[in-house]
Amino acid sequence: MGPQVAPLVATNIYKQFGDHEVLKGVSLEANKGDVISVIGSSGSGKSTFLRCINMLEIPTKGDIQVHGEQIQFKLDRKGQRVPADIRQVERMRSQLAMVFQGFNLWSHMTVLENIIEAPIQVLGISKAEAIERAEEHLNRVGLYERKDYYPAHMSGGQQQRAAIARALAMNPEVMLFDEPTSALDPELVGEVLKVMRELAEEGRTMVVVTHEMAFAKDVSNKVMFLHQGKIEEFGDPKDVFEHPKSERFKQFISSVY
Amino acid sequence: MDALLALIDTNKIFNLTTLGHYWDGFVMTIQLVASSLLIGLIISVPLAVMRTSKNPFINYPVWFFTYVFRGTPLLIQLYMIYYGVTLIDGIQESVFWVIFERAYYPCLIAFTLNTAAYTTEIFRGAIEATPKGEIEAAKAYGMSWLKRMTRIVLPSAFRRAIPAYSNEVIFMLHASAIASTVTIIDLTGAARDIYARYYAPFESFLFVAAIYLSITFTIIFIFKQLEKRLLAHLQPR
Repeated sequence: MGPQVAPLVATNIYKQFGDHEVLKGVSLEANKGDVISVIGSSGSGKSTFLRCINMLEIPTKGDIQVHGEQIQFKLDRKGQRVPADIRQVERMRSQLAMVFQGFNLWSHMTVLENIIEAPIQVLGISKAEAIERAEEHLNRVGLYERKDYYPAHMSGGQQQRAAIARALAMNPEVMLFDEPTSALDPELVGEVLKVMRELAEEGRTMVVVTHEMAFAKDVSNKVMFLHQGKIEEFGDPKDVFEHPKSERFKQFISSVY
Repeated sequence: MDALLALIDTNKIFNLTTLGHYWDGFVMTIQLVASSLLIGLIISVPLAVMRTSKNPFINYPVWFFTYVFRGTPLLIQLYMIYYGVTLIDGIQESVFWVIFERAYYPCLIAFTLNTAAYTTEIFRGAIEATPKGEIEAAKAYGMSWLKRMTRIVLPSAFRRAIPAYSNEVIFMLHASAIASTVTIIDLTGAARDIYARYYAPFESFLFVAAIYLSITFTIIFIFKQLEKRLLAHLQPR
């Protein structure tokens, strides 16, 4: 057995929208079982960083490795950086399941259909097996009775738990959470955080962009604080929250609490 | 029942010959409308996908097609295809003459292209109304362009398009009356024949109006059932 390959390594990610440079060299390594919270005020680039990781935004510079495999880029005719092989990107995305702020469940499908869709269509699993697994995950997030509901007929918290079940069904290397509780009514935040906390305890590798400081502090084992597209503070949440080195992070914490 | 038979007995217009004529017209109308709708529907799916392309070389030709066919009267399109084509040099000696020598195929072509143009734009609107987040989720789960189209975008767009498309079907049914202007004996053509023969415009046209109305209601009923099944996810509960 050689050394374990990190499920996700992002190195020196830059992202520019027009003249505006949103990310200025952000790096992150997620080892197996890591729960990394990415925090920062709005406009700090934290969501953009997460979207660069699974190539929903194409980083202007920087490299991404998923389980040791490096994403290849090329320049198109206009000189824009694009993926060299879209199949490689699709394969890599199927290993990084994402949970969105707006849930983004497929509205014309029931909850169960949402969960079995990508495992069948992308991973090539048989329908019977996909349904069996989906039902386990639905039990896990407490939505088994709602499996034949359409997303529009459920609360936000239920939709987000269904979206988490959809992500789990991919059996991903890393789960990416993009502000999963920000679109929820306050009384529904708890049920989603509870599921996420259980996943963390189970040893899932997670990268979580969040405004929930309690989650960042208590659940994650690493915290990354972004400010104006750069890492201002990084480390163990206890150290980071109790002995912040950066002035900006002190300001940020005091403004949040 | 006796009263009805008596009515049929006493009236001059509705006898077995005229009813048979109406029936032939009915079959012709249904056949023309159903085939043009079906072929138009099949054509319009790839056209609508092309129409939403960001590549102007793919998008503009389809845009041009839909604007020409939606921007001109169907009657003119029918005349151009039925009469206009005969003026092409040598067409009468070519193999295509089989298609254009009678009115049926030119009429089918005009109807098909017309409904394809409208349906393309209906689908284009429905495709463009796909929530961006759902497409993004499909990408994020590793689906290829083709998978995203066939599994997420089109199934959801087709459902959204049902109400608008049911209007198009009814519109085509009513517009098909102009087939009678190029010698085709459809429902309207049959009514006109019978009017001419008995000089009874009111009865002969009122009768086909009632038939058109019943077909329309049948179409509305079918689409309502479809909506109940396929649009359940958009209904409040």
